[in-house]
Amino acid sequence: MANRERPLSPHLQVYAWQITMTMSIMHRTTGIVLAVGAFGLAWWLLAIAMGGDSYAHFSACLASPFGKLVLFGFTASLVYHLFNGIRHLLWDAGRGFDIPAVYRSGYTVWALTAIVTAAIWFFALRGGA
Amino acid sequence: MSDSRIRDLRTPLARARGLGSAKSGTEHFWWQRVTAIVLVLLVPWLVWLLVSLAGADLDTARAVIAKPWNAILLAIFAVAMFWHAKLGIQVVIEDYVHTRALEVASQLLVTLACVVGAFASLYAIARIAVS
Repeated sequence: MANRERPLSPHLQVYAWQITMTMSIMHRTTGIVLAVGAFGLAWWLLAIAMGGDSYAHFSACLASPFGKLVLFGFTASLVYHLFNGIRHLLWDAGRGFDIPAVYRSGYTVWALTAIVTAAIWFFALRGGA
Repeated sequence: MSDSRIRDLRTPLARARGLGSAKSGTEHFWWQRVTAIVLVLLVPWLVWLLVSLAGADLDTARAVIAKPWNAILLAIFAVAMFWHAKLGIQVVIEDYVHTRALEVASQLLVTLACVVGAFASLYAIARIAVS
């Protein structure tokens, strides 16, 4: 069989950038991040159930600068996936489908993600994290 | 009914189910939405709970989680979260892993990991709640 280069159909590179494609990719990326984070929550619960060294070890990991950075990533991912997920659920209900509405809801999700993530960390740090 | 020629090789049950060779219909879509709605309702509560426990010692964390409604909602959250994660990662694997053996292996691994995660969470919540 001839093994020469076959022409490929145009892929992502033929499209001009739009906010919608970035938001779609971000929804999937944050979803993958949160699937990993789910095991972090299970680890937290197990550490509390076991107590003693387990909880001390968990707390130490979380309190380290790297732990805080990871936790901040999880927080931002969670907030983004939550708001963009609501956007998806509204689409499933047939709402907000016209192009201006899609752009408006997209920028709204980004703004809410920034504000709510900042608020969560403000209260968490004030609470003694 | 008097016409005895076979027009459809499917059994009456298969015809009633109407699923075809995919063997499943809207279950994946439906349960992804059901778990999404549960999570939309519970994530704000969970975030509030976690923020209130920021920097808490072990006894405080245990006492808060052991409260009946906190334990119940945490258990529901854990199940919905791992279920939703499994459904989502399943689609990612379907989209990007094109080697059949590797795909089946990753799907199995993700399913098992999520089942272990969910049961481990439920075990931990139960243990905290009754201690």
